Amino acid sequence: MSGKRHYLEAPPELIARRRRGKVFQGLCLAATLVGVVTLVVLLADILVDGVKWLSPTFFTEFPSRLPARAGIKSALYGTVWLMGLVALISFPLGVAAAVWLEEYARKGWLQTAIQTNIANLAGVPSIVYGILGLAIFVRWMFAITGGRSVISGALTISLLVLPILIIAGQEAIRAVPRSIREASYGLGATKWQTVRHHVLPNAMPGILTGTILALSRAIGETAPLIMIGALTFIAFVPDSPRDQFTVLSIQVYNWASRPQDDFRGLAAAAIIVLLVLLLSMNALAIWLRNRYRKEW
Amino acid sequence: MPTIRVKADGDAALETRDVHVHYDDAEAIKGITMEIPRNRVVALIGPSGCGKSTLLRCFNRMNDLVPAARVTGEVLFQGENLYADHVDPVEVRRRIGMVFQKPNPFPKSIYDNVAFGPRLYGRPKDLDDIVERSLRQAALWDEVKDRLGHNALGLSGGQQQRLCIARALAVTPEVLLMDEPASALDPIATAKIEELIQELVEHYTIVIVTHNMQQAARVSHFTAYLYLGDLVEYDVTDTIFTAPNEKHTEDYVTGRFG
Repeated sequence: MSGKRHYLEAPPELIARRRRGKVFQGLCLAATLVGVVTLVVLLADILVDGVKWLSPTFFTEFPSRLPARAGIKSALYGTVWLMGLVALISFPLGVAAAVWLEEYARKGWLQTAIQTNIANLAGVPSIVYGILGLAIFVRWMFAITGGRSVISGALTISLLVLPILIIAGQEAIRAVPRSIREASYGLGATKWQTVRHHVLPNAMPGILTGTILALSRAIGETAPLIMIGALTFIAFVPDSPRDQFTVLSIQVYNWASRPQDDFRGLAAAAIIVLLVLLLSMNALAIWLRNRYRKEW
Repeated sequence: MPTIRVKADGDAALETRDVHVHYDDAEAIKGITMEIPRNRVVALIGPSGCGKSTLLRCFNRMNDLVPAARVTGEVLFQGENLYADHVDPVEVRRRIGMVFQKPNPFPKSIYDNVAFGPRLYGRPKDLDDIVERSLRQAALWDEVKDRLGHNALGLSGGQQQRLCIARALAVTPEVLLMDEPASALDPIATAKIEELIQELVEHYTIVIVTHNMQQAARVSHFTAYLYLGDLVEYDVTDTIFTAPNEKHTEDYVTGRFG
């Protein structure tokens, strides 16, 4: 009966097995597409709505009641101020913490406790940081920060990105091979000399990549900034860290909640600007990573 | 009882007295007492896991970098116990240099690799001379003198290892510890390293860990055979390889196990 079948030809049972494999493959593809297609549709929708609002005046005008005269100047300045201050605050703190945890801390309960805490902090909802920022930076440190100021916002966001930055820094430091450290110690280098001349320079591309990725997460943060009282309507740019401010994401939130269609178009345009900023930062991170990729 | 027939007659570069090393609860070195005579090459041989690398790392307190390692007993250098409270391990490593199993040049220029050690202690004025002298001592000068600014990772494995030797020599150590320095190299590069060891021993004391018994036979004056953390036999190299006193040593060097 089965004489017609070749010896190595797939039997019906194998065909059924293969079919099950195909079904699984299809399901996986569908799952991938759900995310990608949604994102593409969303982006296309935003582009369609927003592109026509992207005029030069959009970047040079302050928000206005009249959509035709409204711009993102204050939000753009606020975002740049905020990101700059966050980078200045969180980078040294994050790198120093990562160095301490990897190179100096004795392995023990204290180190484990801190490590666990940092991992957990990375997952804390950002609104919680907003409450913390409101209590500490806006109220308690009012004399220094000036209250609802860009520095209060930067400190709050710095707390938010620090755990991510520390973890990225630790991974970069851990990737520096032990043999390099041993070579350095073997020549009579102190711990500081080894960290300064070998660990940090070799870990720096990884640390920078991590920093940029952390910042690109922070650039879209809205909730904690609203919590600490960043204004939604503001017609000036900050001149000092103690000035009030707004940021792009808050501007988007503000415009998107207006009933008029034109404001939704403005919101879409602001989202495009935000996305371009974000993608440029990610591109920079990828470029850094490839440029300094090391072969050991 | 181990057979130990090497005596430094008061001229030991290094001397261990009942050295034990524990990694957490495991005892890796079980009480070794031996002398390393000055300006001689001593080879440490034995099967994997016998503790020869661990013992080598006791000589420049490299084990300090392993949190779980605990060293007891004494290691005497110039009559001073390396593990005494007043001793700074950084100063120990400056006097007792080390070359590692895998060539580990820094990802910097050839010049900066050699200059790194001297620069650690200040700003030497004759740095160029130190670099040239060290590279000459390591028999690498002629091959790299025209490209000192090139990245050291561009050198071949054998050149990299000689660079690591030059780097260690640049801080003028008194003892050079070598942990299987040729195990990652091809036979020609290995021959160069062995030749180099024989030149260097005029000025330095060398302790070399090796898996390669022919290598131990070729380069060393004395050989110590370790097994499971014990020093089994320590004698003139010829004796170890031709007429060892211990049955266990003989089984190992003739390849009956290990």
